Amino acid sequence: MTAVDDRPTTEVGTARVRKEDQRLITGRTKWTDNIQLPGMLHLAMVRSPFAHANIGAIDTTAAQDAEGVVAVFTGKDLADDQGVNINAWPITPDQLTPTHLPVAVERVACAGEIVAVVVARSAAAARDAAELVDVEWAELPAVLDLKEAAADAVLAHPDLGTNKSALWRLDSAEQGSGGDVDEAIAKARESGIVIEREYRQQRLIPAFMEPRSTVVDPTGEQLVVWSSTQVPHILRFALAATTGVPESKIRVIAPDVGGGFGGKLQTTPEEFATFAVARRLGKPCKYTETRSETMISCHHGRDQWQKLTLSAEKDGTVTGLKVELLADLGAYVAIVGGGVPVLGAWMFNSIYKFPAYQFNCQTVLTNKTWVDAYRGAGRPEATFAIERMMDELAAEVGADPIAIREKNWITHEEFPFTTVAGMTYDSGNYEAATAKALELFGYDELREEQRRRRESGDPVQLGIGVSTFTEMCGLAPSRVLGSLSYGAGGWESASIRMLATGTVEVVSGATPHGQGHETAWSQIVADRLGVPFENVEVLHGDTQVAPKGLDTYGSRSLVVGGEAIVRAADKVIEKARPIAAHLLEASVDDIEFESGRFTVKGTDQGMGLTDLALAAFTCHNFPEGVEPNLDADATYDPVAFSFPHGTHLCAMEVDTETGATTMRKYVCVDDIGTIINPLIVEGQVHGGLVQGIAQALWEEAVFDDQGTLVSGSFVDYTLPTSADTISFVTDHTSSPSTTNTLGTKGVGEAGTIASTPAVVNAVVDAIRHLGIDDIQMPCTPERVWRAIQSAGESSGGSVPEQAQEHFAAGGLNQDPGAGSPEPPTASTTAGENA
Amino acid sequence: MIPVAFDYVAPESVEDALAALAEAGDEGKVLAGGQSLLPVLRMRLNAPERVIDLSRIANLRGVCEDGDHIVVGAMTTHHEVAHDPLIRDHAAVLAEAASTVADPQIRHRGTLGGALAHADPAGDLGAPVLALDAELVVTGMGGERRVPATEFFTDLFETAVGDGELLTAIRIPKHTGWGGAYEKFVRVSHQWSIVGVAAVVKGSGGTVEQAKIGLTNMGSTPLRASAAEAALAGASGEAIAAAAAKAADGTTPPSDLNGASDYRAHLARVLTRRAVDRALGA
Amino acid sequence: MTRISVKVDGVRYSDDVEPRTLLVHYLRETLGKVGTVVGCDTSNCGACTVHVDGRSVKSCNMLAVQADGREVTTIEGIATDGGLHPMQQAFHECHALQCGYCTPGMIMQAIDLVGENPDASEEEIREGMEGNLCRCTGYQNIVRAVQQAAGVMAGQAASSSQAGE
Repeated sequence: MTAVDDRPTTEVGTARVRKEDQRLITGRTKWTDNIQLPGMLHLAMVRSPFAHANIGAIDTTAAQDAEGVVAVFTGKDLADDQGVNINAWPITPDQLTPTHLPVAVERVACAGEIVAVVVARSAAAARDAAELVDVEWAELPAVLDLKEAAADAVLAHPDLGTNKSALWRLDSAEQGSGGDVDEAIAKARESGIVIEREYRQQRLIPAFMEPRSTVVDPTGEQLVVWSSTQVPHILRFALAATTGVPESKIRVIAPDVGGGFGGKLQTTPEEFATFAVARRLGKPCKYTETRSETMISCHHGRDQWQKLTLSAEKDGTVTGLKVELLADLGAYVAIVGGGVPVLGAWMFNSIYKFPAYQFNCQTVLTNKTWVDAYRGAGRPEATFAIERMMDELAAEVGADPIAIREKNWITHEEFPFTTVAGMTYDSGNYEAATAKALELFGYDELREEQRRRRESGDPVQLGIGVSTFTEMCGLAPSRVLGSLSYGAGGWESASIRMLATGTVEVVSGATPHGQGHETAWSQIVADRLGVPFENVEVLHGDTQVAPKGLDTYGSRSLVVGGEAIVRAADKVIEKARPIAAHLLEASVDDIEFESGRFTVKGTDQGMGLTDLALAAFTCHNFPEGVEPNLDADATYDPVAFSFPHGTHLCAMEVDTETGATTMRKYVCVDDIGTIINPLIVEGQVHGGLVQGIAQALWEEAVFDDQGTLVSGSFVDYTLPTSADTISFVTDHTSSPSTTNTLGTKGVGEAGTIASTPAVVNAVVDAIRHLGIDDIQMPCTPERVWRAIQSAGESSGGSVPEQAQEHFAAGGLNQDPGAGSPEPPTASTTAGENA
Repeated sequence: MIPVAFDYVAPESVEDALAALAEAGDEGKVLAGGQSLLPVLRMRLNAPERVIDLSRIANLRGVCEDGDHIVVGAMTTHHEVAHDPLIRDHAAVLAEAASTVADPQIRHRGTLGGALAHADPAGDLGAPVLALDAELVVTGMGGERRVPATEFFTDLFETAVGDGELLTAIRIPKHTGWGGAYEKFVRVSHQWSIVGVAAVVKGSGGTVEQAKIGLTNMGSTPLRASAAEAALAGASGEAIAAAAAKAADGTTPPSDLNGASDYRAHLARVLTRRAVDRALGA
Repeated sequence: MTRISVKVDGVRYSDDVEPRTLLVHYLRETLGKVGTVVGCDTSNCGACTVHVDGRSVKSCNMLAVQADGREVTTIEGIATDGGLHPMQQAFHECHALQCGYCTPGMIMQAIDLVGENPDASEEEIREGMEGNLCRCTGYQNIVRAVQQAAGVMAGQAASSSQAGE
C-alpha cells in the first residue's frame, strides 16, 4: 500500500477536487449526442411557426421522396402509441389540464410545437426533408399576455372555456397558523403603514449549455433510452404509464448531462416522439435539438405578476402580508407546472415573524412555451417579492434595510420555529450570517461612499442591496407531497455493494448533471465505512444500474439522497458485525466498528470491513444462517424540509447618464449546515449567484404579438459572460440541520434565490433619492434610464418586442412553400463580423 | 443545425474569384471570414447554390503603406487590424473598434472587408471607416474603382458593391497625430452594439480643431454625425458637451429589444461626448 | 463532395466531405472527436472552440473545407506524454467546471488567451473569455484556473527555453 500521510482525518468537510473531472477536461465524455449505434437513424422535427392554429392537411410526399428519408410521421400517424406528456401535480382537484400530445394532431397551442417527424439516415437529410413537409395551417387567435389571458377574452384552448387552470390558496387564519390578513391590513390602513406593490417576474429560459438529445435503441429485448435529462427514473415511469410499454421493458440512461437547472426536469415531447418512432421502425433513432429549438421548446421559468400588500406598524413591525399571484403556465401544464409557483407559498414570509399571511395563486394558460421549474422554482419569486418589500418598508419607515429586517426576523433562540405559513424551521442564525456579511462587505464604508456621491451629484451613483433569505429544500417528505396531490413520493434510494477486492460501489437514485455527486458521495461513504475515497465508485443515472430513484432537483440530492447513502452504509456495517464476530471468535456485543475496522472490545484483535467483503465472497467460513453478502439498500423518506438561509449584500454602480449598471461588490454568507465539500459548495454558490443576477439584469424571454419568441437565440437572450460578472466574496456560518444525520442543507439553489432581490434592491437604492422605487426586471440600462427620466413615474415600461436582424443577408429561406425567398446577393463579400 | 447543400470553390486569385462570381451569378455567395455568413447558412436564412471562399487569396490579406494612405486588404482579420502597428499609428480608432468586435475567436477569423460588405448597421467597423474618410476599393472584371465610405453603405445589409464585384481593400488616409476613440454600448459583452460612436479628433489643450464622428446602429447604415462635427470645430469644455448633443440630429435609429429609438439617440449624444473627450485626451 | 487533407491532434486525415459540413461536425462525426461539442447555432457560446493553425476559432463557424491543409487541435490533443495540459490541470484543481459541457471550449480559448497574453490580469482574462458561455460556474473559478495555469505555463516556458539554450 502506498503511504496515505496526506489523507484528511475526515473526508466530510475536505475540499476534494472532483472525481468526475478527468473525463470532462480531456473530452472523454459521453453526451447523448455522442452516441452512435449501427443503423442509427436521425430525426428532424417539423414545428409550428404559429402560436395557435388548427392543423389541416399535412403533405409529406415530397419529404418521403427525398434522398435518405426513411419515414415521415404526423401526429395522426403516431396517435395510437405516442403517449402523452404528463402533469404530475394537479394543484387543485378541479385544475384544468389540457391534453398535451408529444406530436400535435389537430391543433397547436404554441409556437414550436411538433406536428411531424422526419426520419432519415443523416441529420442533414432529415433537416433537408423537414423543410419539404407542407402543413396547411388555419391560424387561430392567440392569447399571449398573462393579464389578458386571465380576463378570458381570447382562449388558449377554446374547448376548456377559460384560461384559468387552478386557484390555490393558503390562509394563515383558515389553517390556524396565524391571524387574519385582511384585518391586519385594515388596521394598518387606519394607524400603520400599508405598502402595496406589483412586481413582474419575467419569463426566463433555463439555457443549460448542452442542447437536449435523445437516443432510443429498440433492437434488444428492452427499449434503451439515452436522454439528456435530470430525471431518468421519472422518464421511465412516464413512458411506461402513457405508452403501454411495460416499465420492465424500458431502460433509461442519463449519461453525461450538460446542465439542467430544472430545464431538464421534464418528460418532453421530443423524448416521446423519438421513443414512438424507434418502436415503429425497429431501428435506433437519435434526435438532437438545435439551440434555436431549445429556446422555443424547452420549458421556460418564472413568469408571474405578483401583487403584494404588506401591513406594518409605524415602527416597521410587520403585521401581515397578502400575496396575489398570476402565474403563466404557457400552453400546457408541465410536469410540475402550477406546483412551481405554489412552492413559493411557504416562502413569502421568509425569515420573518409575520402574524398574518395569505397566499393566492391563479395559474393561467396562454399560447406560449410551457413553464416549469427553473433553478429555485417558486422560491426565487417569493424571496424577490418579500425582500423587495422589506426594502420598501425600510424606505417608508426611514430605517436602514438591515434594521428593518432585524426587527422582524426570527432570532436564533427561537428555533425550531413554526412560521405563519405552517412550516417548522429546524435551525438557523440570521444574526450571525448578517453580522459576518456586513463585516466582509464593509457596509458602513460603502454607505458613506454612497452619501458622498449623492451629495456631490456624481453621475455614477452607488446603491446597496440587501437580501436575507431562506428557502425550503430537500424535496420532499412523501406525506407532505401526498397531501398536496403530488403524483409521486419524495424519498431517495441508495445501495452499497462491497466488492471482494476491497472497492465499494455506491448506487444512487439521485442523478447528477454537474453537481459533483460522485465526489461528495464518495466522501460520505469513505468516512462512514472507513474506506479510501479513491476506492469508492458512484453509479447513477441508469435505471438498470440504479433502479430506484427520484432524481435530482429542488436541492434534494444531498439532504435526501445523501441520507439514504448514510443509512445504506450503516446497514452494511450492521450486516458485517455478526460476521466479524464469527471470524474474530467473539460475541457480537463485544464487536466495535471504527475507521473501517471491526475490533473486539478490550483486545487488539480486529479485521477490516473490506476483509469481511472478501470473506463474504469466498464464504468459506461463515456463521450459520447468515447470508454471504454485505451489500445493503436504503430508501430514505425525509421527515422535513431543510432550510438554508443567508445574507447577501450587493453594491451596484448606476451610470445615471446611460442607465448602465455595474456590479461593484457582492458578498454572501450562507448557512447551509454541515458542508461536505467546500470546493463544490463554492462552485454551486457562484453559479447560482450569476443565474440570479442574470434575472435581475439581463435575461428575459420576449415574445412578439404573434407569439414568436424574439429572444430565441443567444444573440438576443443575453446570457452574461465572464466579462459581465465579477468575483464574489462567499463565506458561511453553520447551524447544522437537525432533520438529517449529516446536518446538511441544500445549496444548489441558494445563490439564485438570494441574489436577484439583492441586485434589484441595490439598483433601486442607487437612484431612490431621484424618486424611484422600482425598476422592472431585467433592469436594463434603458429601463433604468427611463425611470430616471420620469423620476419614478414609469417603473419600466414596455420593450419593443422585436429583435434586430444580424444574419438576414438574403431573406428568409426556411420554407420553400412559404413564398419565394429573395435571391442571395452575389455581390456582397458576405461573411464577416458578427 | 446544418446549412442547405451548396457547391464550394476557393479561388487563389482575385481574377479567379471574379470569374467564379460571374459564373455563379445570382446563386453565388462570397465567403470572407464567414463569422456572420455561417450562422446565416446554418439557420437556413439563406441558401446559396455556390459559396466562393476568398480565404486562399493571399494578396487580399495584410496592411501596407501607400504614401499618405494605409491600405488594408479586405481579408485582414479583426485580430490583425486590432494589432497592426500601421493601423494603430495612423487609424487608431479602427484598431480599437476591431478589438471590440464580438469575441477573440470571431476576431481570429472575421475580416474587415467581410464585415464592411455584410453592412450590418450594428457592426462596429463601418463607423470608424466613415469617420476616417476611408475609400473602399471595389474590384470587378473591368478593374478597380474607389468608393468613398460615405457612398459605400447604401441600406440595411446593402453596399455599393455591384453584381460581379468584390470589396478588395480599404484605403485609409493617415490620421497621424489625431486622437481616436470608439465608445461601444452593450448590455452584455458578446452582444452586437446597441450604439457605438467612433471619434477621430485633431486638437490640443482641450480644444477641438476638427472632429469626425461615425455612428454605429443609429440607422439602416453607419452614419456620420455631421451636425455634431460642425459644432465641435473649435469647441472646448462645455461646448464639447453641447456639440455632442447634436450627435443624433437627423438620424432615425431603430427600435428593438435592446433599445427604443429615443434611447439610442440619447446614448449617441452621451457616447459622442465621451468619445470626443477621450480622443482629445481630456 | 470535396477532398480535404487536415491534421487533427497530430494525425493526418484525408476525407471527402460535403462542402456544407461544419468543421465541428467533421470532427465529431467523421473523426469521432466528440470531445468538441456544439452548444448553439449563432456562434455565441464557444463550446466548439478548437485551434486552427494555433489560434482559437469556433469550429461551428467554419466549414470543414476551410480547414483543408490546416492543422487543427482539439481538447483531445492537448495533453502530452500522458499528462494533462497545465490548463486542464488548473481547471480540475480550481473546480472550474461543473457539468463540463462548456469546458473543452473554455480550455481551448484559455490556452489561446495565455499564449497571447501570459501576464493577463483578471480583467483581461474575463474579457479574453467573453466568447465562451458557461451556465454552471459563474466564471469565478474559471478565471482562477486561467490565472493558475498562466503561472504554470510561464514557468514551463522559462524552463524549456533554458533547456533549449
